[in-house]
Amino acid sequence: MHLAVLNLHIPPGLIFILGALLIPAFRGRVKSAYMMLLPVLAFLTLIYTPLGQHWTVDFLDYELILGRLDRLSRIFGIIFILISLLSVVFALKVRDDVQHTAGLIYAGGALGVTLAGDVFSLYVFWEIMAVASAFLILARRTRASRAAAFRYIMVHIFGGLCLLAGILLYVQNTGTAAFSLMQLSGADGILIFIGVAVNAAIPPLHPWLPDAYPEATVTGAVFLSAFTTKSAVYVMARMFAGTEVLIYLGAIMTAIPIFYAVLENDIRRVLAYSLINQVGFMLCGIGIGTPLAINGTVAHAFCHILYKALLFMSAGAVLHVTGKIRCTDLGGLYKTMPLTALFCIVGAASISAFPLFSGFISKSMIISAAAHHKMAIVWLVLQFASAGVFHHAGIKVPYFMFFGHDSGIRAKEPPFNMLAAMFVAAFLCIFLGIRFDLLYALLPYAADYAPYTGAHVVGQLQLLMFGALAFCLLILSGKYPAEIRALNLDTDWFYRKGARVISRAADAGLNGLNRICENIFAVFLPTCLKRFFDSLPVFVVSAFYGLSAADRWPDTGRGADLTKSRKTDIAVRAGLLPVGIGPLLAILLIVGLCLKIYLF
Amino acid sequence: MKKELTIFDKPRNVRILLVCFYISLGVLLIADFFIHKHAAFGWEAYPDFFAAYGFISCVLLIYIAKLLRRLIKRSEDYYRDGQ
Repeated sequence: MHLAVLNLHIPPGLIFILGALLIPAFRGRVKSAYMMLLPVLAFLTLIYTPLGQHWTVDFLDYELILGRLDRLSRIFGIIFILISLLSVVFALKVRDDVQHTAGLIYAGGALGVTLAGDVFSLYVFWEIMAVASAFLILARRTRASRAAAFRYIMVHIFGGLCLLAGILLYVQNTGTAAFSLMQLSGADGILIFIGVAVNAAIPPLHPWLPDAYPEATVTGAVFLSAFTTKSAVYVMARMFAGTEVLIYLGAIMTAIPIFYAVLENDIRRVLAYSLINQVGFMLCGIGIGTPLAINGTVAHAFCHILYKALLFMSAGAVLHVTGKIRCTDLGGLYKTMPLTALFCIVGAASISAFPLFSGFISKSMIISAAAHHKMAIVWLVLQFASAGVFHHAGIKVPYFMFFGHDSGIRAKEPPFNMLAAMFVAAFLCIFLGIRFDLLYALLPYAADYAPYTGAHVVGQLQLLMFGALAFCLLILSGKYPAEIRALNLDTDWFYRKGARVISRAADAGLNGLNRICENIFAVFLPTCLKRFFDSLPVFVVSAFYGLSAADRWPDTGRGADLTKSRKTDIAVRAGLLPVGIGPLLAILLIVGLCLKIYLF
Repeated sequence: MKKELTIFDKPRNVRILLVCFYISLGVLLIADFFIHKHAAFGWEAYPDFFAAYGFISCVLLIYIAKLLRRLIKRSEDYYRDGQ
């Protein structure tokens, strides 16, 4: 049987999304097999569908394209499907259908974004990703995760609305819904850029990532590490390739998070910061925009997804078996978890871009592209960030989890499925580092780049090993900043504390306005009106009858010493007037009528 | 109880590891003189530029991070009050 018959001829994203809905219907091994089958079917469908446009649907006056397959979208599709399969295997033993379903719908959303050929379907899949991924954080079912998921979804709703507003303006201005290269100018371009930048975690819009990912479930974080940021990288590469500001944003993005990663205590938060740093390299490549830079970006996204997932898997495995994830609580785990430690080290070597590991053959393309264009400062920042990455993700993560001080924890290796997923990811990290030609053949542009030159290899090894020497000397001399239980402020301060200021400002402002209105309309005006209508008869009577009512007040007895107006008041209220108020009103009416007849 | 690995508990092994590490650093410093360089920037051609840059980068990274910590460190309950 030829595998091409398994081409389902429906969009791979929909295979995931629709297929995921059936997961709760299965039990036991059938469920496991079914979950692994979905990525396999999606993969076969993707690779047996020829390049071009597929699955178009008419929508109003526009055409929705669910399958725009070219060299750029195909390679992102391949890695997204591959990593879903590994994530599914890693999560097989989880007894929670919410996580399985949300994970695969989320992956389907990312695939939908990748294959979308128009901005409407891009937006729909974009929001599917946002909603499904929030469940991977909620599913941890802790107070902290609920709060983090709430902030996560609020930030993504903000980003999604920017994207939607930009898309609507764009369609209005251009009359097309094409998802293609655009300028970062005009409200439509800027709004779309901001919407995508939120998902790409470009500072200062990044803090949702280190806030939410470490609160996700063990297996959810593996899914999360792959899709949101990298689908945003894909959209940036598609829409904003060659946009200069991305070079600088990307360079800043590689440098800033590494300081946080050095200080951070929670291992998965360290990985989250290093994720932002790695996406910085990709955005920098997109900003440079030459074929070499775009190739480097795409290759780096491909390799990064694998080693970042591997690192999140190994940290997740440690969390799974020990229940702990802080540097201060861990250490010495290599004694009973040597395989996990080994896989973690492979991931660490890959992210650090050691020669023979995957990061080396992709990151060096981006740095070379910066060098070709003589961007000296950017080049220096990228090299600094490369050394820094090795420092925190390459050394710190494995060192504090598996070596360092002995925490006394003697946990067993994680279950077989977790080890298997880590093994395959680790294998691919090394395989890509050696057989880079296979990856280069899939890149959007023809690649004749040679990563393994003497200068590259020795230069990179010097950079890394002397960075390691600095770590070694600082650790041995006790100068290395101690791991402490603490929280490090980031730009989420503005909305986490700012939200309280807004809430207080709203309390003082809006509730204050409420109180003022209440005082005016519910207290002051009715009181005035009451007083007015109470005193009106007295006033009228006094005016017409003079104070005669008071004059007739008995000179002796109760109330004789009251003032005249008070006596009038009492007389009116008690009906003690010589003439009733009825005749008085009748006279007023007649006078009024006479005036009307006379005047008009 | 499963058998434990204890290779890094012995100071001798750690010493051997460190010696290997230092030797590899020496080899890298020397190797730099024997490779053909195609430098895009003038400084790339300096001998052992990358070694110096990597070392200085990491030391700077740590010291700046230590300064940064004074500014941004808060208690773990910082955001929790009043929630």
